[in-house]
Amino acid sequence: MANIMIRKTAEGGLSFYLPKRDLEDNIVSIEFDQTNKWGGELRLANGGTYYVDPLDAPPRLPISLRAKRVDAPE
Amino acid sequence: MSKLTREETESLIQEVLEVYPEKARKDRAKHLAVNDPSVEQSKKCITSNRKSLPGVMTIRGCAYAGSRGVVWGPVKDMIHISHGPVGCGQYSRAGRRNYYVGATGVNTFAEMNFTSDFQEKDIVFGGDKKLTKLIQEIEQLFPLHKGISVQSECPIGLIGDDIEAVSKKAAAELDKVVVPVRCEGFRGVSQSLGHHIANDALRDWVLGNRDGKTFESTPYDVTIIGDYNIGGDAWASRIFLEEMGLRVIAQWSGDGTIAEMENTPKAKLNLLHCYRSMNYISRHMEEKYGIPWMEYNFFGPTKIEESLRRIAGFFDDTIKEGAERVITKYKPMMEAVIAKYKPRLQGKRVMLYVGGLRPRHVIGAYEDLGMEVVGTGYEFAHGDDYDRTIKEMGDATLLYDDVTGFELEEFVKRIKPDLVGSGIKEKYIYQKMGIPFRQMHSWDYSGPYHGYDGFAIFARDMDMTLNNPCWGKQTPPWKVLKSDDALKAAA
Repeated sequence: MANIMIRKTAEGGLSFYLPKRDLEDNIVSIEFDQTNKWGGELRLANGGTYYVDPLDAPPRLPISLRAKRVDAPE
Repeated sequence: MSKLTREETESLIQEVLEVYPEKARKDRAKHLAVNDPSVEQSKKCITSNRKSLPGVMTIRGCAYAGSRGVVWGPVKDMIHISHGPVGCGQYSRAGRRNYYVGATGVNTFAEMNFTSDFQEKDIVFGGDKKLTKLIQEIEQLFPLHKGISVQSECPIGLIGDDIEAVSKKAAAELDKVVVPVRCEGFRGVSQSLGHHIANDALRDWVLGNRDGKTFESTPYDVTIIGDYNIGGDAWASRIFLEEMGLRVIAQWSGDGTIAEMENTPKAKLNLLHCYRSMNYISRHMEEKYGIPWMEYNFFGPTKIEESLRRIAGFFDDTIKEGAERVITKYKPMMEAVIAKYKPRLQGKRVMLYVGGLRPRHVIGAYEDLGMEVVGTGYEFAHGDDYDRTIKEMGDATLLYDDVTGFELEEFVKRIKPDLVGSGIKEKYIYQKMGIPFRQMHSWDYSGPYHGYDGFAIFARDMDMTLNNPCWGKQTPPWKVLKSDDALKAAA
């Protein structure tokens, strides 16, 4: 588990920031992006995948969350 | 020497690495790279923010330097106690020339050294009592101070003193801010972690202090974050931000005060100069208070124009007009500077090795003067800094992370740049090698270099260094007059 921050990019997408690893990358896809469920598996542009517990509603961004590493390229 | 190709640069790195034992060579090879601007992520070509190798001459500092020296030190109306033995405080005192306005010793204290001067008995019996007494003495001698920060040196963490408890008690007694900062020098691999710890301390002990209190705000409130006012840099930036119609409500932390820092959450936009040392607090404010932040670059007219337009993009048309007005106003001045110095500096090649933001931010200023940066590197950068650098640097130029004294010397000998920009520890080595050198950490005791006024000074300084007649007189006359004719002529 690691602390991460998700924020909106200037282009309108989402970016994922993991300070411990100096990892800042765009989120390519997010598992749940509905009005009543938000989160799940996050796929990053570098090929890595992280999991955050789904929230009940889309949060106000940026937001700090705990994430689990599912699969990372390094 | 002409430009090196990619293969030549790669073989140069290999040659320089040859002297190391195999294990060290393998490790150092990851920190040296040939730039390829098409690479998206720096991780693919360069490793950074790793522990320096034992036995090499690294140029890095420690976590205490990052917190006391960089982030907290310039906050002028607070007293920063170097808690521990006397040396750390004395050697980090006022060295960065963070200018400020105020009467030193009365209501501002940035140039002074306050230390608990640990002795053997404090290590054995703990220094908490001494710290309590020290804070009382400060209150008695300097009643106009607005707060205290306790900057831990290594022994505090080693003996496990509870500076948090002392600080909390003292804060209640004095009714002032007392911030314990756990920035012991042994933490982390470089000063970078010190910046992070200092940011976290600001977040926990300072930032929220005025939440819920009223503040007369305007729609144009901005802050300057991560400008330490070295030689007056923040003033040179602030002057035209105000000219374009913005109101600067806080300077972090050059010429800054604790009140400004507490009011920062009331800003509309955080302008971030040094990304490395203050991105943490900007990200926090974005999350907690919804204040957007933006990195800007005020080195050289091209980058200033770009940055001003991007800053104006966050505001309405009056600011956009203001930005254009400022740009047009200073254009003739900038053209005059470039017309004067470009012919004298055109085509010169520069190698940089500094910290923070300079290895990438000053590239634009050199390019405005027709110069070229052929090698650059950071003391304590992380991957995200290199992500930003790769795009700024030309193809097949040299990148070096946490370069060792030996490596930098060898690179300079082979690449033969016309100018080297690094720190004071490097300055005299290269000057004795006959290579013009600028100390780029605190602008070689000159400055400011930020902003329009700063660029004029930057150009003058570069010309002054590069075209100094002393570089042609490196060989003493008795070694020049070798031929018989010359000897006869002398006799």
